[in-house]
Amino acid sequence: MNLPLLIVVSVLKIAVVMGVLLTCVAYTVLLERKVLGFIQLRYGPNRVGPWGLLQPVADLIKLMFKEDFTPPGANKYLFLMAPVITAGAAFLPFAVIPFAGNILPPEITFYGYKIDLTVAALNQGVVADTNIGLLYIFAMGSLGVYGAILGGWASNNKYSLLGGLRLCAQMVSYELALGLSVIGVIMLAGSLSTVQIVEAQKSIPFIVYQPLGFVLFMVAAMAECGRTPFDLIECENELVAGYQTEYSSMKWALFMMGEYTHIIVASAIATTLFLGGWHGPVLPPFVWFMGKTFALVFFFIWVRGTFPRFRFDQLMQLGWKVLLPLSLVNILVTGAVILLIKG
Amino acid sequence: MIIPLLKGLATTLKMALSKPITLQYPEEKREVSPRWRGHPELTIDADGTRRCVACTLCLEVCPSNAITGIEAGEADDHGKYPVAFTIDLQRCIFCGFCQEACPKGAIKLNNLYELAQYDKKLLVLDIERATQSKPQLRLGDWL
Repeated sequence: MNLPLLIVVSVLKIAVVMGVLLTCVAYTVLLERKVLGFIQLRYGPNRVGPWGLLQPVADLIKLMFKEDFTPPGANKYLFLMAPVITAGAAFLPFAVIPFAGNILPPEITFYGYKIDLTVAALNQGVVADTNIGLLYIFAMGSLGVYGAILGGWASNNKYSLLGGLRLCAQMVSYELALGLSVIGVIMLAGSLSTVQIVEAQKSIPFIVYQPLGFVLFMVAAMAECGRTPFDLIECENELVAGYQTEYSSMKWALFMMGEYTHIIVASAIATTLFLGGWHGPVLPPFVWFMGKTFALVFFFIWVRGTFPRFRFDQLMQLGWKVLLPLSLVNILVTGAVILLIKG
Repeated sequence: MIIPLLKGLATTLKMALSKPITLQYPEEKREVSPRWRGHPELTIDADGTRRCVACTLCLEVCPSNAITGIEAGEADDHGKYPVAFTIDLQRCIFCGFCQEACPKGAIKLNNLYELAQYDKKLLVLDIERATQSKPQLRLGDWL
């Protein structure tokens, strides 16, 4: 195996994925403000640049020049660590999300040497094709809870702590439904590798076989992202943003970036698992992947502009008494059908 | 249970696709009502002269002493006309009493509403600046 080549290609892929992801995060914020504006018969931001397209840049500059305040009595190290954990854990799942099929030929000749690019999926549109892809995604998704609860605790503010606890309770409750809702997909694909799951959907996307799984996944993903109608952890308009009350400047921006990255990642995972990933006619694979992902991102924003918030007991009831049993039923039915067809 | 949710989504999508009702203020100005009470001005006749006869009724009725310094001159036909007339927009409360009191329809509230200035002195109108310059901005004589 050619180690330098492995490192160079992987670093290049990581750089490109991170660059595109961060740009997408910035523009998802703009998209959200625009779409919410249109839903409320407003224009949304339209002053900075044409159609407000430079608004993310203006926001970034503003946030960088804000005072970076650490409340007295706060645990400085954890206070700093919390947003880093949140943002980092939000970015990491993208390592295993395949955004295109083969992006390089399987073998290239370089100064007379034949170099095999199929090693470690170097020629494919994914940073790392591991055989535990989905497990890795869920592991990273769960890590995000630490950022929030540490941030709430380290702020030395009881309301922040309560916000962090709320988030923790919500995340833990919905992680079960989230994890169980994708079991059907894993059963159909017979693999945890995201690349193989996408390849199994070459002819028909799994949403056809797993409509209930898709709905459950989307609902649970919204709860995991802390989005309306499950945004009790923040309640922007009632409580003061829960666990991130005491944060300002770029630390706050990291929390926000983590939040919007969660939306993109959740949409990308749903695209990968249910909508056939990069597969699609005519257009190039990357365009299909982006199109499907941003259609789901738009759906997230659309839902935010439409539905009011749940009460906390309703939230818990939905998670434990509706989503969890339904996802178990989904697994049972999927298993029975597979058994019937394959004998 | 699902259908109301879909109805809600349809409503918001319909709203998202319809035209925003926002008035983009500095570029687009709102049309004010014809009875809008802007700042008082001396109206002009068809021949371009002021209608004011310097009777000082507006000065007497003005509750906030915004109208001051009316000085009358004598025309060739012995008619009175104002040679000095001061409207202080810092004092004016836009009540429209001067417009009601005027027997000649010579002072009227126009429909301007962007009256802020950086210099206070600009808000004290002398007779030239208090005189109507845009004919379309006034109420008809019948009001």
